[in-house]
Amino acid sequence: MAEIPQRLEGPEIGRGVQAHRLADDLMVINMGPQHPSTHGVLRLVLTLEGETVLDCNPVVGYLHTGIEKNAEYRTWVQGVTFVTRADYLSPFFNELAYCLSVERLIGIEAPARAQAIRVMLCELNRIASHLVWIATTGLELGAISVMLYGFREREAIIDIFEAITGLRMNHAFIRPGGLVMDLPEGAEDSIRRMLLHLDARTDELEDLLSGNPIWIERNRGVGVLDAETCKAWGVTGPLLRAAGIPFDLRKTNPYSGYERYEFDVPTREEADCYARYEVRIAEIRESLRIVEQVLDSLPGGPVMEDDPKVAWPAQLEVGPDGIGNSEAYVRHIMEESMEALINHFKIVTQGINVPAGEVYTAVESPRGELGFFVVSEGGARPYRVRIKDPSFVHVQALPQMVTGGLVADVVASVASADPVMGGVDR
Amino acid sequence: MDVERRIAEEEAKQGILTTTLAKAVNWARKQSLWPATFGLACCAIEMMATGAGHHDLARWGMEVFRASPRQADLMIVAGRVSQKMGPVLRQIYDQMPEPKWVISMGVCASSGGMFNNYGVIQGVDTLVPVDVYVPGCPPRPEMLMYGILQLHEKIQNRGTLD
Amino acid sequence: MDAEQLAERLRGRFPDVIVARGEVTVTIARKELVDAIAFLRDEPELEFDLLSDASCTDWPGRDPRIWMAYHLYAMARHHRVRVKVGLPEGDLHVPTITALHPSANWHEREMFDFFGVIFDGHPDLRRIELPDEWEGHPLRKDEPLGGVPTRYHGAHVPPPDERGL
Repeated sequence: MAEIPQRLEGPEIGRGVQAHRLADDLMVINMGPQHPSTHGVLRLVLTLEGETVLDCNPVVGYLHTGIEKNAEYRTWVQGVTFVTRADYLSPFFNELAYCLSVERLIGIEAPARAQAIRVMLCELNRIASHLVWIATTGLELGAISVMLYGFREREAIIDIFEAITGLRMNHAFIRPGGLVMDLPEGAEDSIRRMLLHLDARTDELEDLLSGNPIWIERNRGVGVLDAETCKAWGVTGPLLRAAGIPFDLRKTNPYSGYERYEFDVPTREEADCYARYEVRIAEIRESLRIVEQVLDSLPGGPVMEDDPKVAWPAQLEVGPDGIGNSEAYVRHIMEESMEALINHFKIVTQGINVPAGEVYTAVESPRGELGFFVVSEGGARPYRVRIKDPSFVHVQALPQMVTGGLVADVVASVASADPVMGGVDR
Repeated sequence: MDVERRIAEEEAKQGILTTTLAKAVNWARKQSLWPATFGLACCAIEMMATGAGHHDLARWGMEVFRASPRQADLMIVAGRVSQKMGPVLRQIYDQMPEPKWVISMGVCASSGGMFNNYGVIQGVDTLVPVDVYVPGCPPRPEMLMYGILQLHEKIQNRGTLD
Repeated sequence: MDAEQLAERLRGRFPDVIVARGEVTVTIARKELVDAIAFLRDEPELEFDLLSDASCTDWPGRDPRIWMAYHLYAMARHHRVRVKVGLPEGDLHVPTITALHPSANWHEREMFDFFGVIFDGHPDLRRIELPDEWEGHPLRKDEPLGGVPTRYHGAHVPPPDERGL
């Protein structure tokens, strides 16, 4: 057993790698960015002694897209299509946080029906995101059937999204002021039908994994991040709840009408990967409860704010060639009302004007606290859109989780932290 | 018509034995293309969905995504390629043995997509030669499958033994 | 505590506290930053123990030019505060708060990467999102977006920052 040598500093060690003096049995290896098990383009530089990880240095930035800078050159509504692709597994949450920030800057609130549908879409997105998490985590740990079952359930949810928004992912459906369009005919029935079998399917997934001795061996006691460490490193979401702290922004600082629905915040005490798995399964069930409550209590009314200076002007409906402007609306602006035509033109080309100011809005995304710090200068373009993504903070806390463990446990720990590199790098 | 005539001329130049062998080899190559994992962003999720049960890539023998590029012959670049990722992309491409093909999946890989800025490489065809471009943001699994089938046709009609 | 009560409590210690749109913003001088963050964390009834975000905004016409914004959240009390520090153009230095909130480490690296702000005392200040050899700090307002013009069938569309809209 080599003694742990002194840490050396200095450029001769190589860029950013905190290497120990390289004794004979220490190895510095590179995991990623192209790797089947790092949940995306994450690069981990591991210092190993045999199979034990002595040091882990995550290198990110391999998916940096410049979303924040790009949003400064687009209108406020076009910004939705950019931010939705940051954390691409939970697009509705990005859109919701951004639109809540813009609405707070303008000083309006979306109508009740829009808020309820937003809650429903977000909870369905949470279920879909957790299903992808189970699928990819299972795949990385060797449970390959779980991958197929997880994606099968996700297809059912994605079909609903496609019927409502037109896209399977990255929808740009939630806009400042409300939603782009209302639910189509028969959407509520399809969702209810889907809810019926999703509960049984979640039981199936649990049966596959929960009692499985291999799953337990690989996840119990692995990647422990206790409550104090979580708070110090800014970790929120299922990782914090698996450490015993029942912290959920939907309960502590409710937004978009969440205070109207009854749901529990599942927690566990062990703070290891298995506890996080249990928390996420329980969250899927809670989300199913919330969707059912939303459907039961869905109010009528408009889905977009009334104010013509803010509302997206077009009335969209399904026509012979897909979703487009309704014929009645086109007739209205072309033949009946010059003001409506001018308003439509201004809003679509120039965009809406948002008063000057800055707000920070946080929502509870499937990964943790997703915050948007939006600064406006009073014009038609955002001045600064800062996305605080939970995965960025969690990847920073990875060394705390993996140091001292085995290399195989690195895979389990990274998977249980559920980082989405689109959010980390933006 | 024109294409078929040109293919027939090529084949006539090579002789019956070589063309039959070439056709057989090309058929074998296209029937079991093994993709390398190069899923980067949102398109990666759709690529995984294409490989999963509902839209099944195993129909064409492609569900085995090889982690090591040495064992792969198709690279599906799925997602936006950032400036930092560019050299890695080229390195993985170089590590793949011949014959190899590249599908550029999604608009971000094909042309930079909506991200016309400092951070994203405006099209992976600036780094690697692309055989099929599949547009979409992200493309539906059926679109990706159509792109793969077009690639199959391209492989089948190559005409030379190499 | 709600925003007004929190603002009242903070005015006892900080002179510049405003409430806007339901949020409390405290503006302080750069040399008081570490003490202020420690006070906010340790004071009973405030207990801001979670650093949500540390980010920057560039205001090129103004002095100070770069404004740091630290968003703190109290998990036991459910209230939030924003701490702002202004940095003049020629002197983009600010003390690091990684000793108080370890999660500030990467946030500060990202602000160094995008804006060029130097955090004094940071254990490992180097670029995080962009390649190590990158020159420039792209999120500053005087840096271009860096896009390419698009040509298609005779139409020429300049990149988004040059379209003059």
